[in-house]
Amino acid sequence: MTPVTTAAAGLDSGDTAWLLAATALVLLMTPGLALFYGGMVRTKSVLNMLMMSFVSIALVTVVWLVAGYSLVFGDDAFGGLVGNLAHLGLAGIGPDALTGGVPTLLFSTFQLTFAIITAALISGAVADRTKFAAWLVFVPVWTLLVYAPVAHWVWGPGGWIKDSLGALDFAGGLVVEIASGASGLALALVVGPRIGFRKDAMRPHNLPMVMLGAGLLWFGWLGFNGGSALAANGLAAASMLNTVVAGCTGLLGWLFVEQRRDGHPTTFGAASGAVAGLVAITPACGTVSILGGAAVGLAAGVVCSYAVAWKFRFGYDDSLDVVGVHFAGGIVGTLLIGLFATASMTGGAEGLLYGGGAAQLLRQAVAVVTVAAYTFLVTYGIGKAVDRLMGLRATAEEEVTGLDQTLHAESAYDHGALGHAAPQSASLPRDRKTGP
Amino acid sequence: MKLITAVIRPHRLDEVKTALRETGVQGLTVTEAGGYGRQHGHTEVYRGAEYRVDLVPKIRIEAVVDDADEEAAVDAIVRAARTDRIGDGKVWVQHVETVIRVRTGERGPDAL
Repeated sequence: MTPVTTAAAGLDSGDTAWLLAATALVLLMTPGLALFYGGMVRTKSVLNMLMMSFVSIALVTVVWLVAGYSLVFGDDAFGGLVGNLAHLGLAGIGPDALTGGVPTLLFSTFQLTFAIITAALISGAVADRTKFAAWLVFVPVWTLLVYAPVAHWVWGPGGWIKDSLGALDFAGGLVVEIASGASGLALALVVGPRIGFRKDAMRPHNLPMVMLGAGLLWFGWLGFNGGSALAANGLAAASMLNTVVAGCTGLLGWLFVEQRRDGHPTTFGAASGAVAGLVAITPACGTVSILGGAAVGLAAGVVCSYAVAWKFRFGYDDSLDVVGVHFAGGIVGTLLIGLFATASMTGGAEGLLYGGGAAQLLRQAVAVVTVAAYTFLVTYGIGKAVDRLMGLRATAEEEVTGLDQTLHAESAYDHGALGHAAPQSASLPRDRKTGP
Repeated sequence: MKLITAVIRPHRLDEVKTALRETGVQGLTVTEAGGYGRQHGHTEVYRGAEYRVDLVPKIRIEAVVDDADEEAAVDAIVRAARTDRIGDGKVWVQHVETVIRVRTGERGPDAL
């Protein structure tokens, strides 16, 4: 993605039409993610899980308009590290301002939808036990201190990863996948494991919901990756086809491992495998050939199906596998650009397998390590600060009873004659009429 | 009268129901249950991780029968529920003081 902020070029109505549609597609991914995650948690905290995604849409949008856009896409403030503050509150950007062939307001909205889902992705690592109020504070701070600088490095004008290092990230392997994965790991370490982790199975409570969420994510991902061409052209088409193919090979790769290792191909595995493939192709979709895309998806499906078990070995409770799928898959996809990049897609850079030598692979590796280290460390610091300020974690009683009843005074499923949906927490107002 | 309680494998429910009907048992109550016996459950693998499942899903059947029908009913349950593998369940019998049919107020064996 190489946005050029200039009002000189004329508006391209074809590009603009496609990006308008793509922006709507990407926005739908976050409600899709809410369902994907919501189905994976237990019945008692599904609404809390949905809320963490939905509220991210609202929080990140406000932060993006106030300062986020300017920090990412304002002219470089110093050293390729962060944008300036010239566009606080979208100052100076009217309906006529153009970025490439599209209105800057549209480009900004498209980019906003990426920032939203990246923040929402982190919630899966801390599911079932995080205080909702703490999440409301974490998301805006994280968007400004972690997402904005990293997005500027990779996509912003003068960003050092794009301009100085020359690493490639077409649609967000570094900015979205590795950033959310490493941040999820950091926050999971700060908040600590769920009560019963490694003892209870904690199986997903609603796999059809997980499948529906995965389907919506896949659908929206066509806009995520195809839209990242920022134009209605052949590169957008190739990116979209790569996105379809990698989701398919990721799904097949995961199921293959499951069948051989565990003896059953699971629906959860199919959904996770498709997402793993989509994660990995995100940085690579506009840089590799179609066969390269198939290989990237397959590699991610296989690698991630093993990576989701690491949490049990090392003891961090990445509850919904943000690390195992997004961090691991993001690394796979970002590194494999170094093997499969082809000049017909990148317009120059070539990978090891296409005669470009190891140079691009090295650039990709440097970018992966830097982004992972920065996002992990700063998120860990934000988590610790929020924890000290207001407490990051719900009480043991709230966690065991379920966050839906104790934090939101609601229940997703009102089964049974005993009225289990009635709020029962002592912290709720006593005058509430809930029964005899 | 006797209360027969049987904890069986869920997939044997139909066979046990049929066998009890054939011996003339008039009614029964079925509950989904979970429990463990001498093996204390088993381990399962899901998503690459091994878990201890200590409450195995079971079906609990309760039926009150006349003293004369006890042996036939117990035999029917055991025969229908058996698969010869670990986890086939348990059947036990208790004495019942009396039974009342709510609709008519009848007491004792007439209420069965």
